[in-house]
Amino acid sequence: MQKLATVNLTIDGKRVGAKPGSTIWEAAKEAGIDVPVLCHDPRFEPVGVCRMCAVEVEGARVMAAACVRKVEEGMVVRTASEKVERCRRMLTELLMSEQPEISPKDATTGGDKLWALAERYGVEVRLPRGNSRPDDLSSPAIAVHHQACILCDRCIRACDEVQVNEVIGRTGKGYAARISFDLDNPMGKSTCVTCGECVAACPTGALVNKPVAGDLKAATKAVDSVCPYCGVGCAVTYHVDEAKNRVLWVDGRESPGNQERLCVKGRYGFDYALHPHRLTKPLIRIKYPRGPLSSEVETSHGHRRKPGGVVDYAEVMPAFREATWDEALDLVAKRLSEIRDRDGPGALAGFGSAKCTNEEAYLFQKLVRTAFGTNNVDHCTRLCHASSVAALLEMIGSGAVTTTYGDIVNADVALLTGTNATSNHPVAATFFKQAARSGTRLIVVDPRASGISRHAWRFCQIRSGTDVAFYNGMMHVIVEEGLVDEEYVKKHTTGFEAVKAKVKEYTPERAAAICGVPADVIREVAIAYGKAKAAVTYWGMGMSQHVHGTDNCRCIISLALMTGNIGKEGAGLHPLRGQNNVQGASDAGLIPMVFPDYQRVDNAEARAKFEGAWGRKLDPKPGLTVVEIVKGALEGRIKGMYMLGENPFLSDPNTNKVRKALSNLEFLVVQDIFLTETAEFADVVLPATSALEKDGTVTNTDRRVQVMRPALKPPGEARLDWQIICDIATRMGYPMRYRSAADVFDEMVPLTEAYRGLTHGNLGPTGKLYPCPEPEKSDGTVVMFGDGFPTADGRAKFVPADHTGADELPDKEYPFILVTGRVLEHWHTGVMTRRSMTLDAREPEAFVEVHPDDCARLGVDTGRMVTVSSRRGTISLKVRKGTHTQPGSVFIPFHFREAAANVLTTDKLDPFGKIPEFKFCAVKVVPA
Amino acid sequence: MIGETRVMLEHAGDPEQRTLAGYRKHGGYQALAKALREMKPEEVTEEVLKSGLRGRGGAGFPTGRKWKFVPKTTKRKYIAVNADESEPGTCKDRQIMENDPHQLIEGTLLAAYAIGAETCYIYVRGEYPHSIAALENALDEARGAGLVGRDIMGSGFSCDIWVHPGAGAYICGEETALLTSLEGNRGYPRLRPPFPAVEGLWKSPTVVNNVETLSCVTHILRRGAAWFSSLGCEGSTGTRLFCISGHVKNPGVYELECGKFTLRELLMDLAGGTPSGRPIKGVLPGGSSMPVLTEAELDVRFDLDSIAKAGSSLGSGAIMVFDDSVSAVDVALNISQFYSHESCGQCTPCREGSDWVRLMLDAVRRGEAKTKDVALLLDVLDRIEGNTICALAEAFCWPVRSFVRKFGAEFEAHVAGRASA
Ligand SMILES: Cc1cc2nc3c(=O)[nH]c(=O)nc-3n(C[C@H](O)[C@H](O)[C@H](O)COP(=O)(O)O)c2cc1C
Ligand code: SF4
Ligand code: SF4
Ligand code: SF4
Ligand code: FES
Repeated sequence: MQKLATVNLTIDGKRVGAKPGSTIWEAAKEAGIDVPVLCHDPRFEPVGVCRMCAVEVEGARVMAAACVRKVEEGMVVRTASEKVERCRRMLTELLMSEQPEISPKDATTGGDKLWALAERYGVEVRLPRGNSRPDDLSSPAIAVHHQACILCDRCIRACDEVQVNEVIGRTGKGYAARISFDLDNPMGKSTCVTCGECVAACPTGALVNKPVAGDLKAATKAVDSVCPYCGVGCAVTYHVDEAKNRVLWVDGRESPGNQERLCVKGRYGFDYALHPHRLTKPLIRIKYPRGPLSSEVETSHGHRRKPGGVVDYAEVMPAFREATWDEALDLVAKRLSEIRDRDGPGALAGFGSAKCTNEEAYLFQKLVRTAFGTNNVDHCTRLCHASSVAALLEMIGSGAVTTTYGDIVNADVALLTGTNATSNHPVAATFFKQAARSGTRLIVVDPRASGISRHAWRFCQIRSGTDVAFYNGMMHVIVEEGLVDEEYVKKHTTGFEAVKAKVKEYTPERAAAICGVPADVIREVAIAYGKAKAAVTYWGMGMSQHVHGTDNCRCIISLALMTGNIGKEGAGLHPLRGQNNVQGASDAGLIPMVFPDYQRVDNAEARAKFEGAWGRKLDPKPGLTVVEIVKGALEGRIKGMYMLGENPFLSDPNTNKVRKALSNLEFLVVQDIFLTETAEFADVVLPATSALEKDGTVTNTDRRVQVMRPALKPPGEARLDWQIICDIATRMGYPMRYRSAADVFDEMVPLTEAYRGLTHGNLGPTGKLYPCPEPEKSDGTVVMFGDGFPTADGRAKFVPADHTGADELPDKEYPFILVTGRVLEHWHTGVMTRRSMTLDAREPEAFVEVHPDDCARLGVDTGRMVTVSSRRGTISLKVRKGTHTQPGSVFIPFHFREAAANVLTTDKLDPFGKIPEFKFCAVKVVPA
Repeated sequence: MIGETRVMLEHAGDPEQRTLAGYRKHGGYQALAKALREMKPEEVTEEVLKSGLRGRGGAGFPTGRKWKFVPKTTKRKYIAVNADESEPGTCKDRQIMENDPHQLIEGTLLAAYAIGAETCYIYVRGEYPHSIAALENALDEARGAGLVGRDIMGSGFSCDIWVHPGAGAYICGEETALLTSLEGNRGYPRLRPPFPAVEGLWKSPTVVNNVETLSCVTHILRRGAAWFSSLGCEGSTGTRLFCISGHVKNPGVYELECGKFTLRELLMDLAGGTPSGRPIKGVLPGGSSMPVLTEAELDVRFDLDSIAKAGSSLGSGAIMVFDDSVSAVDVALNISQFYSHESCGQCTPCREGSDWVRLMLDAVRRGEAKTKDVALLLDVLDRIEGNTICALAEAFCWPVRSFVRKFGAEFEAHVAGRASA
């Protein structure tokens, strides 16, 4: 058969050339002919069930569904004949006769496609029936109006093909057919994760958003921005009621990254910004001595608050009085300057936040380095990927990802390790799950069987803290089987021999004895990885948050290097970054040892450059990291702190130590949108703006720099964060004046080589992947390092690692391993998400996950209160029986203040990344 | 007098025929032995093609041609035997499965050999426990004797056969729904093209044939295509099973040669006419999915093509007769009730349309419809037909339309509220 470059056909008398393999609907669309569709959406596999697109094909007995039927040479198609139009009218009438009185879609977010067709055809319903299918209002965010459902299966495909959650199906046959969740459960009681993809897909009023923040019809403005939560950085559109200054609902937006998809946080977690707890006036503390205020942490009040929820304002507010901005800022500047002038710049420190924009991060570190005069500036990256970045910088000379999450479509093997992606990077996970569906083999390595392990080709459930042994075993096999890419190693790397010698010691049998994965499986996955044409590695904090976190990462980097899996499509290294701007905040220099773009502060040349740009002498000594700063405060060396959007009280390890440290400070200013647990210790609290109110850029895990745009006006007297920073710097004697966030960006870019050429203007609606030398023409760079590395010799460097194990092993007294982490619905310390109706409704309280075997041994079951204690403290919370954890391990998410997991964790650090071991400590569990 | 010509049911009365030994006594598995030893797979297909055999499941598609659609290059292929027998009035396949199951097994193996399939599934209607048991027993024996499984009769050809019970949905008799159901999913028909012979079970080429069709294959290979095509008439070769039911004196399953008599002769002579002696009002000659023939149309010659020319079809071989005591509106309503209940619910025209038609006919019956509603009913039927994924929609459009057209006066009488109860 000859292959045609184009297929020639006639549509409505017009001669049309179409791409081979395209459908009649696509060809017609190309030719500007509109064929109405109901069940079809180009994002999904066509199913051809609604028949609204049926057209006449000359010579055929029956009509063809244009959305499915492929074009053929010489085809003659009629899309608007009398017959076709009559069919459409009849179908519309049949469907309309079932609809409720008013369209639930048009009554909310609008755009009911069936009702639009009914209007177009002027359909009058001649035989009213109306099915009697009842509504299902059980989901916190989504209303299901079964009566309006036309069984187009779009929701089913959205859930199956796009989000790969496989929740929706059909039940009943014939006229009794309807959609159902799982085995016909109410939506709110099903395995639905409330991602809302089905709502976005539904053409009618059958699946609609519930009005959580006001009448959805009141939307007057649509604002394109970026989701404020995780590092996936999904492009969103906010629909805003300007008069009431409220966001009403959120849509996923088309972007090369998220491709319109969102998770429950992005789609339904926006209402935190509207919460009445928002800070609207500066606060100055009147109650001393300083200490925690809310009863959940201060048990001396003699009562505990009921579990759940957030800081009780009624308890906390009386310790403060409202102040004017001038008074508050003057006080901050005065107290911080006093400390600086009395005890030296090293007595001050600042915690920035990966929730800030690049502009804010840049200004914050600039303030600390100039106005404070110290490098004691850090942020939560220390707690998530510091070890990953340390290993990456050491071995390949760059801390950012070498390829995107979406590049997994080009991989035939993907290694997913230490990542609970379905909860923590849910939209990236949809791409992973999709890839698995279409044949990419996922090797999932994790001590916990989290959601993504269900999609694994091989799931390797290693013992906690044995990653190095497992990967050394894999590398042993790769060497032994001759699967090393010798040419790549020779051309692009140094130091292979050292790794080769090291992994020789780790036979699969020895590795198996340490990590618990059978030797055969280690062999099998190593061979699959080694033979893959392209293998990509994604990892999360299960790798990095260990005392051997840097070693863990060294291993997977070595694995990629020895098999030549960097620098080509579908291959590479991708630490999944946590916060929506953790990549950007790091790029902008919110790190104690480096200026923007990872230029070391102890490098004279770099320092000279920044001294020139900022007009101040800069400290040549790298500053202290997060945990070191807390330690410094505890020991009285750090006396004054500026905390911007961080809540270390809950997020940092060993809470009881953090409490003492914060109480010990001489002066603490907290800039935030809510009164956090940390703000309870503050002398001054400054009301800041949420992500929905600011403009600026954020850089996602893929290196995509995107513009956030304000959807709301800040509440009360709350002010833009960058302006607050400028005011404090100026008052401390270092004048900062900018006209806008764009202005700040324009100062930062020339100092940040990676961002060269970028401006707010040319980032466009979906941002750019840096490096992006030609922003006007291209989306930027997906795959990095095809031709060498940004190291001194242009080569990557192998670094061997040995299995050392965790710091605090279980023993008789503390027999369980505690793994901490997150859940899908909550963000870090819950300050935002626990104030979102939908998210809080889905996951309202703290829990500890215990394996059924251990439950039996302890005599506990789901719902039973237990106390969990480590050498550092005790918390009480409910048991959730589950098989995700291995026997002997328990899992606690760290979002919940009433049972703060970090009371238990150890603050032992990885020697290179200075990251604490959140993923391993010894605890005991006792029924309460 | 019209007589039966028994080929498939020749030994149906003999309980021994169900056993392997009994079946062998009457030449069982010799056709298979010969084919495996002496014939190339293509030659088996050629023989079936030459016999003129047409499918007995309903559509009457030439079996040899269907087999030829199967691509030669694909490695994995399947045979799916359609034993779902759910068309109202049809009860012929069970006669084969319960009385002479080995002829089906032999025919299935021959088909598998012809197209190169190593796995076959017999999808049996769930309400047929006796057929399922009979097939399982026969398969056990055949497997034990090396007739099913690895290296059959030392020929090097391996083929296994599995029995899969259905779960009660009419739609699973539709060939693509049968395949989705076999795959473990809801029994939904699939879009064509691709046709099952090219892309069927698990995306591999699959031939779907009716029980009776494959049983014929056994006899064609045993006695030759020429012998087979000498039976019956052109276009309807061989013998065929018919299930006569309704208002006749002698209902039952008959094995007949087509083309030798008229429909009237069949109903009056063989079936004995109506028990009440009242005139026949109408006949559904091929199951409930086919257009009705009226008394005035009964002189049509009884064969596939002649009945088709008369505007109906022999369909699944179920001949349902009713005398003039029966209301045409009631029959149409009854048919529409069946199909609105059995529609799988995928396609809008079928799901919504079948129920709409049912309600409309009910309104007609109760005298609540208006004259223009009958025209609207016909219009709706026209819009549904030819605009769905499978032929179930047509299966209610055809008969209902034929009733409205042929018994229009009765419908109008109901509409005007003048109908006698
Ligand atoms: C709604 C519907 C129901 C059907 N039910 C059956 C059935 O129960 N048994 C059967 O053999 N064919 C049935 N068919 C026909 C099959 O789709 C198919 O044509 C047949 O199995 C092919 O086999 P044949 O070529 O041997 O006749 C049905 C078709 C439709 C449209
Ligand atoms: S909200 Fe998401 S998970 Fe839930 S049913 Fe819809 S698509 Fe599936
Ligand atoms: S709920 Fe919406 S998307 Fe799902 S089948 Fe019904 S109409 Fe289609
Ligand atoms: S025509 Fe009816 S039975 Fe056939 S696929 Fe469509 S809805 Fe299902
Ligand atoms: S849009 Fe083509 S069948 Fe629904």
